[in-house]
Amino acid sequence: MRTSTTRLVTAAATVASALVLAACGSGAGTSPSSTSASSTPSAVPSTFAPTTVRLLTHDSFALTESLLDDFEARTGITVEVVTGGDAGELVNKAALTAGNPEGDVLFGVDSTLLSRALQSGVFDPYESPAASGVPSELKTATQEAVTPVDYGDVCINVDDAWFAEKGIAKPATLDDLVKPEYRDLLVVENAATSSPGLAFLLATVATYGEDGYQDYWSKLRANGVKVVNGWTEAYEGEYTVGGKGSRPLVVSYASSPPAEIVYASDPKPAKPYSSVMESSCYRQVEYAGVLAGTEQPEAARAVVDWLLSPAVQADVPLSMFVFPAVKGTPLPDVFATWAATPASPLVLDPAEIDAKRSQWVDAWDQVTLR
Amino acid sequence: MGRRLGPGDVALTTLLPARPSAPAPGAAPAGQARVQPPPAWWFAVVPAVFLGFFFAWPLVTVLARGLSSAGLDVLGSAPTWRVVWFTLLQAVLSTVATLVVALPAAYALHRLAVPGRRLLLALLTVPFVLPTVVVGTAFRALLPEGWTGTLGAIVLAHVFFNIAVVVRVVGGLWAHLDRRYEAAASTLGSRPWRVLRTVTWPLLRPAVLASAALVFLFTFTSFGVVLVLGGPTTTTIEVEIYRRTVQLFDLPGAATLAVLQLVSVLLVLVVAGRLQRRLAVRQRLARADVAPAPPRSAVDRAAAAWTVVLSVLAALPMLALLHDSLRVGERWGLDWWSALLQDGPSTRDVPLWEPLRTSLSYAVVATLIAVVVGGLAACAIAYARRGGPVLDAASMLPLGTSAVTLGFGLLVTFAVRPVDLRGSWIIVPIGQALVAVPLVVRTVLPVLRAIDPRLREVAATLGSSPSRAWRTVDLPVLGRALGVSAGLAAAVSLGEFGATSFLARSDAPTLPIQIGRLLSRPGEAGVGMAAALSVVLVGVTALVVLLAERLRRPGQAEL
Repeated sequence: MRTSTTRLVTAAATVASALVLAACGSGAGTSPSSTSASSTPSAVPSTFAPTTVRLLTHDSFALTESLLDDFEARTGITVEVVTGGDAGELVNKAALTAGNPEGDVLFGVDSTLLSRALQSGVFDPYESPAASGVPSELKTATQEAVTPVDYGDVCINVDDAWFAEKGIAKPATLDDLVKPEYRDLLVVENAATSSPGLAFLLATVATYGEDGYQDYWSKLRANGVKVVNGWTEAYEGEYTVGGKGSRPLVVSYASSPPAEIVYASDPKPAKPYSSVMESSCYRQVEYAGVLAGTEQPEAARAVVDWLLSPAVQADVPLSMFVFPAVKGTPLPDVFATWAATPASPLVLDPAEIDAKRSQWVDAWDQVTLR
Repeated sequence: MGRRLGPGDVALTTLLPARPSAPAPGAAPAGQARVQPPPAWWFAVVPAVFLGFFFAWPLVTVLARGLSSAGLDVLGSAPTWRVVWFTLLQAVLSTVATLVVALPAAYALHRLAVPGRRLLLALLTVPFVLPTVVVGTAFRALLPEGWTGTLGAIVLAHVFFNIAVVVRVVGGLWAHLDRRYEAAASTLGSRPWRVLRTVTWPLLRPAVLASAALVFLFTFTSFGVVLVLGGPTTTTIEVEIYRRTVQLFDLPGAATLAVLQLVSVLLVLVVAGRLQRRLAVRQRLARADVAPAPPRSAVDRAAAAWTVVLSVLAALPMLALLHDSLRVGERWGLDWWSALLQDGPSTRDVPLWEPLRTSLSYAVVATLIAVVVGGLAACAIAYARRGGPVLDAASMLPLGTSAVTLGFGLLVTFAVRPVDLRGSWIIVPIGQALVAVPLVVRTVLPVLRAIDPRLREVAATLGSSPSRAWRTVDLPVLGRALGVSAGLAAAVSLGEFGATSFLARSDAPTLPIQIGRLLSRPGEAGVGMAAALSVVLVGVTALVVLLAERLRRPGQAEL
C-alpha cells in the first residue's frame, strides 16, 4: 500500500514537471498536438495505477534506457519489451494469436507486412492524436488502425573508394546496374528470406512495373548479380567496405553510412566509406498499434502515444538507425549529415504487396536463381 | 528441433550396439528368475508428461491448424521435390564425407599414442558445440573464393561440425575393442587389411552405423549452416518450412512439409535402429581404455598425421575469430574487448556480464530439465521389456522437428491461462531442453545397458528389495553418466540459437543472440565485438565440455 501511494505521489510530481518540459520542448516546427501524450487532451488519462504494458517488437528494437524509466516515473506504466525474431516472425506470431495476444502493444510491423496484420485482425484500431504531426504520405495505408513511428529506406550502398580507385563512375540508376562496366559488382539479399532483399525486389517492381521487373532481373543476372541469404552475409561477407568481400555495390539501408561512423573504431573517419544510390531507395514505414484483445487498452494507447513523443522520436535515429515519423523532429548531426534522404523514394501499396508478394517472389526466384 | 541443433553433441557418448553386454561366463542358469530393475513405467511418467506437454501437444496443435487439403498442393509442385532432393543429396554426401574424414581420426585418437591426444580431441569436439551464428561468418571468410553458396560449402561445413560425432561415437567403441580378436587373426596369418576387413570392421560396424545415422539426422534437418553458408538455390526442407511460415504465411504448405520431414526422420531412425540391432555383435569389451600403442606402421603414422592436420583445420575458424576480435582498423588492439565491458545508455548496449549471466542461468535450468527428463527416459528405454525401440525413436524426434513449427506450436498452445507461458523466460530453457533431451538419452542409455544384471541379482540375494537393488547398483553408474550428459546439455543450451531467437523473451539476450545482433550492424564495431563475444562463448563452451570430459573418466570403467 505504502509503495503504491509514494509511487502515485512521485508520478503526479513528475507529470507536472513533464508537462512543463513538454510545453517547453514543443518548439519550432511541431504542432501542439504532436507533443507528448501527457499534454494531449484525449480520453487517455495521463497517469495509471502502476501497471505493466508488454511491448512486442523485433530483435532490432532499441531505445535509450532512461526514456523507459522516465515514462514509468511519469505515468506509472512499466514498459516490458518482449522481443523474438525479425519483423516477419513478429507479425506472423501476432496473426496466429489475433484476439488473444502475447502483449498489449506491437511495434515494428512494416509496410510490406501491414496488410497481412490488418487483415488478420491483429489490431484494435487506434491512431495516436500525435500522428497529426506525421506527414500524410506515411499514413496512406494505415486505415487509422495503426500509427507510423519511423521510416527508413532500403538502398544500394556504394563503396566510394573502390570506384575512385578504379576510375569508374558510380552507378546512378537501376538501369546502370545492367551495363557491362558494372558486371559482377552487385550483391543483393534473397527476396525470399531477407527483408532488405524483398524491399529491393519491390523497388524493381515499382520502377519497371509488373510487366518489366522480371526482364530487369534476367538482365541483372546476366550481368553477374550475386544473391546471398541475408543482410549479414551480404554486407559483412561480400561487400568491399570492411575489406572481406569483393563487391563494391550492396543492398543495405540509407542509414548505413552514418552507422559506419557511429560504429567505427577510434579515431573515427571524417566521412563514411559508403554513399547511397538514391534512385534505388525503397521506403519502409514502421508502425505501432494496440493489440486486439489487450486487457488494458488505455495504458496500451498511452504507450503508442509515447512512441510518438518528442523524446522518443528524437531518440529513434541513433537507436534504430531510422528516421522519426513526426515531422520537424531534430536529427543528430551524424544522421543529418550522412544519412540519405531521397526526395521521391519508391513505394508500393501494402494491399498490392500482400496480394502479390508470393507470386512476385516465386517469379523472381525462377528468373534470378534457377 | 531441427535447426542445426548447433551443439548437438552425442559426441561424448559411447553409442554402443543395442545389447553390448557380453555373455557373462557363469551367468545365471536358465530358468532362474532374473532380478528385474523397477518397472519401466515408473521412469516413463515424467518424460512422457514433459514431452507430451511441451513437444507433442504443441506440435499436434500447430499441425492440425495448418494441415488441410490446400497444403497438399505443396507435394504436387516440382520445386518442392527439388528441395527434398537437395536435402537428401547434401545429407548423404555430408554423412559419407564426414565418415571418410573422421574414421582415421577416431582410430588414431583412441588406439594410438598420439602426442597431445587430449588437446586434439578437444579441438575436434569444440566445433560441434559451437553455434552456427558464431562459426558461419568466420567460416565464410576462410572458404576459397567462389565456394560460398555451393553444395561444396555446405558439405564442408557439415563435415566440420560433425567430425566430433564420428570420432566420439566410433572411437568410444574402438577404444574398448578387445585387441585379442585382432591379435588372434594376425597370428593366424592375416595381413593388416584383412584383419581390418574381417575382424575390426564387423565389430565396429554398429557404432559406425549409429554415428552415420546421427550425422544424417543433423544434416538432413540443417538450418543455420544452410542459411549462412549455402545460397538461395541450396535450400533444405527446414529452410523451406521457415520460408513458407514466416515469409509467405503459407501455414498449410509449411505443415505439410513439417510432416514430410518428421516422417522421413522417423523412417531413418527406425531403419537405422533395425540395422543396428541386426548388426550388433555380442562381444566382450575391454573393461577400460586399451592402452594406446605408439604408431608403428605407415598406415598408423598416416592416420596420426591426418588427425593433426584435421585438428589444425578445425581450429582455423576459431583462430580467425580471435584475429578479428583483436584487429582494430589497421592496427592491433583491445578496443572491441573493452567495448564489450562497457554499459552504454541504450537498450542495445549490453555489457558482457549480462548475456553471460543470462546464458549461464538458462543453461542451468535447461540442464536440470534435460538431465531429469532425459535420464528418466533413458531408464525407461533400457528397462522396457517391450517397446524399448519405439520409445528410443520417439525420444529422438525433437531433433527431427522444425524449430519454427515447434516455436509456433508453443505459441498457440500455451496461450490460455493458467498456462500462458508466452513471453515468460522459462519458455527459452524449455525449448533448449527439448533439443538436449535426445542427447542426454544417447549418453546415458549405453551406460545403463552395459550394467551387468548379475550385480542386481547379487544385491537381491543379499536381501535387497528391487528398488533398493536398483539404488545401489544402477544409481551410482547412472549418476556419473548423468554428470557427463549435464555437460552436454549445458553446451547445447549455451550455443542454441534457432529456438532461442524465435521464442519471445523479455529479458537480456543470450550470448548467441547478442552475437547475432552485433553482426547485424554496419561498421567495424559490430564485427569486432561479435568476434570478441564469440571467443568468450567458445571459451565458456570449451570449459563445459572439458569438465564433462573429466567426469567421463571414472564412468568409462563401467563399460
